[in-house]
Amino acid sequence: MADESIVTDEIKAMIGTLSEPIIMEVERGAIRRYADAVDDDNPLFHEVEDAKNAGYEDIICPPGFWGWPIKGRAAVGGLSMVGAVLVKAGLFRILDGGVDQEFYIPIRAGDTLTASTKIADIREREGKAGKMLFTTLETTYLNQNGDTVAVNRATVIAR
Amino acid sequence: MAKKQVYYKDVEVGSEVPTLEKISTTQMAVRWAGASGDFNPLHYDDDFAATQGTGGIITHGALKRAWLVQLVTDWIGAKGRVKKFACQYRGMDYPRKMATMGEPGEGETWLCKGTITNKKVEDGEHLVECDIWVENGKGGKTTPGSATVILPSGGS
Repeated sequence: MADESIVTDEIKAMIGTLSEPIIMEVERGAIRRYADAVDDDNPLFHEVEDAKNAGYEDIICPPGFWGWPIKGRAAVGGLSMVGAVLVKAGLFRILDGGVDQEFYIPIRAGDTLTASTKIADIREREGKAGKMLFTTLETTYLNQNGDTVAVNRATVIAR
Repeated sequence: MAKKQVYYKDVEVGSEVPTLEKISTTQMAVRWAGASGDFNPLHYDDDFAATQGTGGIITHGALKRAWLVQLVTDWIGAKGRVKKFACQYRGMDYPRKMATMGEPGEGETWLCKGTITNKKVEDGEHLVECDIWVENGKGGKTTPGSATVILPSGGS
């Protein structure tokens, strides 16, 4: 029925679901390749000496880079949790909606991050072309010392 | 590239973040796919994109996010730090095709811009807040966002 919510009880029950933690190694080469892809020549992302002069142990990541692939494993892990339901709801087209990020400790080459993703929210909105499902995935990144380095909230739009 | 260090004491609310110019190309999309690990063919395959209702291949939202991160990190310099960052992918952008192996064809140029909205000292941190956005060739804001940065005080 057209005016029935696509956020069924089955979908609602998925809010709060946690993914298995994923380990991400942060490598110098991956940081440089990422910065190069954007034509970002900031020396903190490329040159070890410049990073050390700025007080870092090694080159640091542009905020939002968490090791390669940046959203592959952690975000897809979260997304796969809702994937089956999206198919049931007849929503096959997926778009990236945006991000909301907090950075606590700069991430540097040599760090090992542990990422855990939670389905933080699922809600519905009426768009021009019909109903859309907005899913917010919240990923928390811990470093090798167990400190929280960053939190990333990504919104996935399915329509 | 980070040049001159900006200090909290010198920042004025209402002033602009130095504009960063970018050209989205199919080549940059492929480089970004490899560097980020986002291989969605919507960003480089015309035939697949035609089935997605987007009006063609579109620029990765996360690539535009990375442009905005560069806008901010270029501005804050080596001693600045990003504390919070957010952006929304509201409007679609369409990359230029390549004219040669290295040169983009004719088309749009994107401008990354920002304005400083607030400054405050909180828990000993000198914080500056700004609105940031990506503007397409027609002046439309396709990717609005905001950032909070920590700057060195530069004395009081």
